[in-house]
Amino acid sequence: MALIEIKDVKKQYQTGSDMVEALRGVDISIEAGEFITIMGQSGSGKSTLLSVLGGMNHPTSGEVEMAGVKLYQLPSEKLADFRAQNLGFVFQSFHLIQYLTALENVMLPLAIVKMSTAAKKDAAKKALERVGLGGKTDRLPNQLSGGEQERVAIARAIVNNPHILLADEPTGNLDSKTSEEVMALFRQLNEAGQTVVMVTHNPENGAYSDRTISLRDGLISA
Amino acid sequence: MKLHTISINNLKRRKAKMAFLTIGLMVGIATIVTLVTLTRSMSTDIERKMDEFGANILVTPQSNGLAMNYGGISLGGVTFDQREIKEENLAQIRTIKNHKNISAISPKVLGGVKIGSHDVLLVGVDFASELKMKQWWQIFGNAPKGDHELLLGSDASNVLNASSGDSIQIKGETFKVAGVLNQTGSQDDSLVFASLPKAQKLLGKEGKITMAEVAALCSGCPIGDMVTQIAEKLPDTKVSAIQQVVEGRLKALDHFKRFSYAMAAVVVFIGSLIVFVTMMGSVNERTTEIGVFRAIGFRKSHIMRIILLEAALVSLLAGLLGYAAGMGGAKLALPFMAETKNAHLVWDSTVAFGSIGLAMLLGLVASLYPALHASKMDPTEALRAL
Repeated sequence: MALIEIKDVKKQYQTGSDMVEALRGVDISIEAGEFITIMGQSGSGKSTLLSVLGGMNHPTSGEVEMAGVKLYQLPSEKLADFRAQNLGFVFQSFHLIQYLTALENVMLPLAIVKMSTAAKKDAAKKALERVGLGGKTDRLPNQLSGGEQERVAIARAIVNNPHILLADEPTGNLDSKTSEEVMALFRQLNEAGQTVVMVTHNPENGAYSDRTISLRDGLISA
Repeated sequence: MKLHTISINNLKRRKAKMAFLTIGLMVGIATIVTLVTLTRSMSTDIERKMDEFGANILVTPQSNGLAMNYGGISLGGVTFDQREIKEENLAQIRTIKNHKNISAISPKVLGGVKIGSHDVLLVGVDFASELKMKQWWQIFGNAPKGDHELLLGSDASNVLNASSGDSIQIKGETFKVAGVLNQTGSQDDSLVFASLPKAQKLLGKEGKITMAEVAALCSGCPIGDMVTQIAEKLPDTKVSAIQQVVEGRLKALDHFKRFSYAMAAVVVFIGSLIVFVTMMGSVNERTTEIGVFRAIGFRKSHIMRIILLEAALVSLLAGLLGYAAGMGGAKLALPFMAETKNAHLVWDSTVAFGSIGLAMLLGLVASLYPALHASKMDPTEALRAL
């Protein structure tokens, strides 16, 4: 059975008097350990698809099943718990908390987990070491380069050992050299067994993934 | 890393805003603490002064007398069936329910005597209780100690041409003037004071007294109750309170109390508004941050806890600083507000804990809506902001 099953997912938005159809019946099946890139132009619905996949955006119709759990049949707070235990997010603008150090940012998903502070610190340090930032644990985000901030964001996303790592344009704000390093890191994580679903508009990033899904006007085109 | 780490670090980051919030709330709490402490201190001051001021209950014999005075000028009186109080009955006063409020009982016997060519009013008193009651008396010389010593009012001293150390003859007995009262502006100026047993003997009223003054401690001021209780114990007497003094002062204090509470209510409202607006602004600024929290799995209750913990920490600090500033303000204002210069500041733990509790309550209640608003934020907002 696939790790993620998306069946006939539609999503409509009301913007003023207009009804926008962001997703118009999407079916996707993702196996555990896959590295998927979702590509498409701006407005194709790829970010909407990622937020639906991430349990944050109720589809207008259709079903999203992850590790055997029908996400949108869960009550709101249970869905939050599911996100905390099974998903890791990497955002385009990193969205690190500016008043927390790199280590504290990585520990953030563990703030709501019942673990000793020492165990949380240990897990966060290991995650930072995995992304090559073991020596910069006490730096604040503004003391780190863009690439380093991206790595902290990735460490934050993997610290709770999620089933699926979701990334939305993770190289969107990085230069080409740093982008390559970050993509290599994602590939490395995937090779270690991490399922990765990444939204990107950069065709070069597709080369790092196992499979690319193209979206066009809310529908899978390839 | 726990939820409070996020709250504390956020407070550290937004120092200026949080300082504004703390000061806003602190000023409110300080105002309330100042007003409450001033009211209490003034109340205590008035109570103390009332005790010093002297009698506030008068026990006189029941009589069918009709007072004949108009505009403060006494024309004597028409008295039928003049009675006197038995001295032994005075002990009954100490048995009333509110006996703990009795500070002093001063029995008096009054009667006219001739000293030289002058008719004077001789007053027999128990000097110990009389001096305790009339603490404003200033004596030139000494207080009388024995039965053959007298205390003269200032006018009496002038008329009789006698001062401390002189001797006076009353009904063939020689008395020494132990002291002379400084002018009081009251009837005391024209009186001659002797010890109670000696005056009773001179006036032929052994075991009897003309009146008794009772000084009551004014905490809670159950003067009305005490009057009723004494009247029940001494049915043949007329017991009356010097109510004007008591009520007048308490009324003034009551007006100040009401003003204080009204001011406190306004300040509480403004303080709440400052907290609400600042916290709401802080939440709106942190939309993306809260969206990220929600995206990575924070529950609504986690978000509320972060916001409310921030409010609680700021409020706690504002409460502590507000209490300190309020007591400082009260200390500065008390000399100008109190009737005496030696009024003492009342340090009350209820005010301390109450002000901190009020600050916390205000902070939390005013932050409740911003916290709810934050917790209800859609996590997709964070992604849309990308």
